[in-house]
Amino acid sequence: MSLDKDQVQHIAMLARLKVADEDIAEACDKLSRIVDFVDQLSQADTSGVVPMAHPLDQTQRLRPDAVTEANDRDNVQQNAAHVADGMYLVPKVIE
Amino acid sequence: MSISDKPIYDQTMAELSKGLAAGDFSSVELTMALLDRIEEKDGALNAVLTVTRDEALAAAAAADAARASGDAGPLAGLPILHKDIFCTRGVRTSCGSKMLDNFIPPYDATVVERLAAAGAVMLGKTNMDEFAMGSSNETSFYGDVMNPWDLERSPGGSSGGSSASVAARFAPVATGTDTGGSIRQPAALTGTVGIKPTYGRVSRYGMIAFASSLDQAGVIARSVEDAALVLGAMAGFDERDSTSIDQPVPDYVAELDTPLDGVRVGIVRQHFDAGLDAGTGDQVRAALKTLEDRGATLVDVDLPNLDQSVPTYYVVAPAECSSNLSRFDGIRFGYRAENPEDLLDLYCRTRGEGFGAEVKRRILTGTYVLSAGYYDAYYLKAQQVRQLIADDFRKVFADVDVIAGPTAPTPAFKLGEKTDDPVTMYLNDIYTIGANLAGLPAMSVPCGFAEDLPVGLHLVAPHFAEGALMAVGHQYQLETDWHTRCSEDYR
Repeated sequence: MSLDKDQVQHIAMLARLKVADEDIAEACDKLSRIVDFVDQLSQADTSGVVPMAHPLDQTQRLRPDAVTEANDRDNVQQNAAHVADGMYLVPKVIE
Repeated sequence: MSISDKPIYDQTMAELSKGLAAGDFSSVELTMALLDRIEEKDGALNAVLTVTRDEALAAAAAADAARASGDAGPLAGLPILHKDIFCTRGVRTSCGSKMLDNFIPPYDATVVERLAAAGAVMLGKTNMDEFAMGSSNETSFYGDVMNPWDLERSPGGSSGGSSASVAARFAPVATGTDTGGSIRQPAALTGTVGIKPTYGRVSRYGMIAFASSLDQAGVIARSVEDAALVLGAMAGFDERDSTSIDQPVPDYVAELDTPLDGVRVGIVRQHFDAGLDAGTGDQVRAALKTLEDRGATLVDVDLPNLDQSVPTYYVVAPAECSSNLSRFDGIRFGYRAENPEDLLDLYCRTRGEGFGAEVKRRILTGTYVLSAGYYDAYYLKAQQVRQLIADDFRKVFADVDVIAGPTAPTPAFKLGEKTDDPVTMYLNDIYTIGANLAGLPAMSVPCGFAEDLPVGLHLVAPHFAEGALMAVGHQYQLETDWHTRCSEDYR
């Protein structure tokens, strides 16, 4: 099946990804090829098959909710573009 | 003069270890020689993104001192390169992306930490496909990596910088990661050994995530013996990775001596169908004959859902990728778009400008297959087919010890040859993807040449049978010398 421009724009918005106008045609073409390709999954008979949740049939291990590492804020925040007083800065979200 | 006649850069870790122990050379001398070699020769390959000269020389001096005082670790003073997907404290970790061009991790990945604790000396960080998404190393923000066997060809991907570095004798071993074949396919295309262990065997802590149910760290080396040596130091339980498996790590090097007598090797007929290059098929068949001559029994086996493995992967992996890569929002780390209108614009433009074309395609594919109305038809269906594929392997391993076949359908292809159609590129992984979907350990071992380009023999084993898997590879290498071959220009 092929995806049209509106569908690709909708998916891009869900993914919070700006696709430039000049790239939309190519994105439609390549995504359609990928979706066409994975569509062959529909031919597999999976009636009664339990979807795989983990390759080794394990369940996620949990740990006690305890502090295990010291606060390394200054070091960690060196990777952020905009910080002030130990906080991350973002564009204003509340008027 | 060293014990080995080979130049220092051509020696395996096992050989270098003897030279260090005998005092033929120091780790500082060895490290210096390889750093100089990278500087001199990497211009043509673009395999190494960051050379950590000062840190390497300091680590080498520490290893020499430890050896002198008698408390050297198992890898003391031995050089290694890390794929730029592993976080290294204080050393830029880009994951091949503009998004992380300025990212300096405040911590080490467990793999990096364990190898350093064993005494290994990190020489630098290797180039890779962006966020490990690619099979040719052409999606890297830092440019293509060239194959040392032919500079017009790809070294494979996503661990293409690691495979090219080991093939070019920049280091005896480099780390890699494998989500659909990203260690084994580059190993095959460069004439090196590549092993992806069982899912959960090696900690993923500090390894930048692509598809968390498939990702696994491993090793690219020139000999299976070196792979066993390094994997033994990397593997094992880590409480910081919630999917790490708590099982003791056997002595992989000791297991290498297990003979091939009585080993049952499964051959999948579909692996030799029309999609396989004829010259590649000839070399792989000759390798199977060698295993048989050394005492193995070849058995025909069937993986009926093999054809569904690539489509299954290209639903599951993008779905997990779209989820994992949502963390890149321009706020806490990484690239951030300039002058955003509002928060939404900041997110959308940061991600639109920071990610390359293939990563965006996978995020969009993943978002699509997880979106309302499509989840059951794609994601849920793929997880069901994944179960069928794992069942196929389970049945086969009731009868055989390993499965053997080709690693990749063709030898190294030309750069630019497969970039127009994403699906053509995806089909490169047809023989390797099954092991990721089923969480199985698998390895590629050099087994000859087709049109002067290396060919890889692919071996897959049951969960946690890395030792048996590497024993088959090692026994094969005792009989052959393909793994010692080196491109003329890098001898």
